[in-house]
Amino acid sequence: MLAIFKREFKAYFISPVGYVVLAFFLLFSGYIFSSMFMAGLPDITVLFQNMFTITLFLVPILTMRLMSEDKRQKVDQALLTAPVKLSSIVLGKFFAALAVFALGFANTLIFQIIISCFVSTNWLVYLGNVVGMLLLGASLIAIGLLISALTESQMVAAVGTFAISMLIFMLDGLAETIGIDVFKKVAEWVSFSGRYNTFISGVFDYSNLIFFVSVAAIFLFLAVRTLEKKRWA
Amino acid sequence: MIEVTNLSKRYGNHLAVSDVSFTVKDGEILGFLGPNGAGKSTIMNILTGYLSPTVGTVKIDGFDILESPNDAKKRIGYLPELPPLYLDMTVKEYLYFIYDLKKVNLPKVPHITEICRLVKIEEVYDRLIKNLSKGYRQRVGIAQALIGNPDVLILDEPTVGLDPKQIIEIRNLINHLGKTHTVILSSHILSEIQAVCERMIIINKGKLIADDTAENLSKDFSEDHSLTARIAGPSKDVLKLLSSIKGVATVSYLGSREKDTNDFNIDPIESADVRRDVFERLAERNWPLLELKTNELSLEQIFLRLTDASDKDEDFDINNFKSFKEAKR
Repeated sequence: MLAIFKREFKAYFISPVGYVVLAFFLLFSGYIFSSMFMAGLPDITVLFQNMFTITLFLVPILTMRLMSEDKRQKVDQALLTAPVKLSSIVLGKFFAALAVFALGFANTLIFQIIISCFVSTNWLVYLGNVVGMLLLGASLIAIGLLISALTESQMVAAVGTFAISMLIFMLDGLAETIGIDVFKKVAEWVSFSGRYNTFISGVFDYSNLIFFVSVAAIFLFLAVRTLEKKRWA
Repeated sequence: MIEVTNLSKRYGNHLAVSDVSFTVKDGEILGFLGPNGAGKSTIMNILTGYLSPTVGTVKIDGFDILESPNDAKKRIGYLPELPPLYLDMTVKEYLYFIYDLKKVNLPKVPHITEICRLVKIEEVYDRLIKNLSKGYRQRVGIAQALIGNPDVLILDEPTVGLDPKQIIEIRNLINHLGKTHTVILSSHILSEIQAVCERMIIINKGKLIADDTAENLSKDFSEDHSLTARIAGPSKDVLKLLSSIKGVATVSYLGSREKDTNDFNIDPIESADVRRDVFERLAERNWPLLELKTNELSLEQIFLRLTDASDKDEDFDINNFKSFKEAKR
């Protein structure tokens, strides 16, 4: 697992993908922070709220290559015939993407330190923000990973993951518009943004934690099964 | 070392491999032979655990590839048809990655240096794989298979895309490796298998159609030795003379390929040796016998008979003959 993690993490910075994603994260978070700071809103949660949408659209770029490129270049033959478990392969790739993702908002720590110079801050709320962001990222990366495992084309993987991101993004609004109670209830239950917002507002609810962790686990499991299925096809 | 029993692989309605069984002993070099699309690569992919068989079992050193995959895979080094390379890495980075991936316990730097020396990729060690030629990529692929010093090497068409000099080098390398490893190697070029392997398995349309040594295979098919003769004499008279020799079944005229000479094909009855008579009778008439040779069945012909591809006899022969000559040079 470690070998795959190392290789994939490095690969992000051999190709420009890692830099591009990090640059966008920095650009947006910097922009949000500065405008928030100017407006006299010294609350990091506002920044994390706004980062939700950006995360939805940057994660597909992180995950599109992960599994599809291996298949296209037939490197999967080396991975699958090596004495490693399929789950280690998938997890190695998953954590590599998550690590790059985590780097993307490492700078919020600096923002938080700046804020704490001016107002007293509850560091636990900041911690909650970071954990919420990591959980959101983990579940989105797992979804992207599965889609990447289903195709040989990076483009298809990216577009597919974008589509899911869009769905997640629009789900709450859609439920409002349709206005059927059952649908609303379901949408509320699977709503990423609702759960994410609870998390970052400083409310630690186990059900939200379990939700994100299970989404990640289910999609990673499906990605492993996809690799396994390929051997039997 | 390797035990394959009743292996079948079905892709939808297409039966790619059908009931193949064989065993490979410790330290043996086995050749896998078959036309394109015969199922060679599929079998190799199953042996290495990349694909799963529809029916049948594969055991490597007693470990079932499906039941204890890690123990089995640890013992295999695999070079697939296309070397599985990360193009964005340097050779060094890539080999280090494979070393970590395979969880090898040998000393890292000396082990990898040794392999690089063996397959002669030291001079490209720090270059990006993307920028390497086909020949070098193939060698990095072989290096990758050798990492961890596995007991079994499975090489799918290892010399494809190499120039004749490299082919000989790789062949020598395989011979060298064969002393300490069990090797399975596939090819659709017979001369290659003949040069390296002690035993060969011929596969056609997913079925195993022969499993023997090269000598035994030629022996099996050598019952009808015919002769080709080049004689300086009038074609009709010579034909008449040759036909009258005792023990000759049929004689056919092949045409004239050299000035003032004629070529004939002589088929003797069963295994009668007519060479002496042919020489003496021609000498009586003062028609010099310039050439006389036995038409031994080449491996190519055996292969063709076995694979039933008689329609394309002519060009197949020529192509193989060319590559054979090239490789021998």
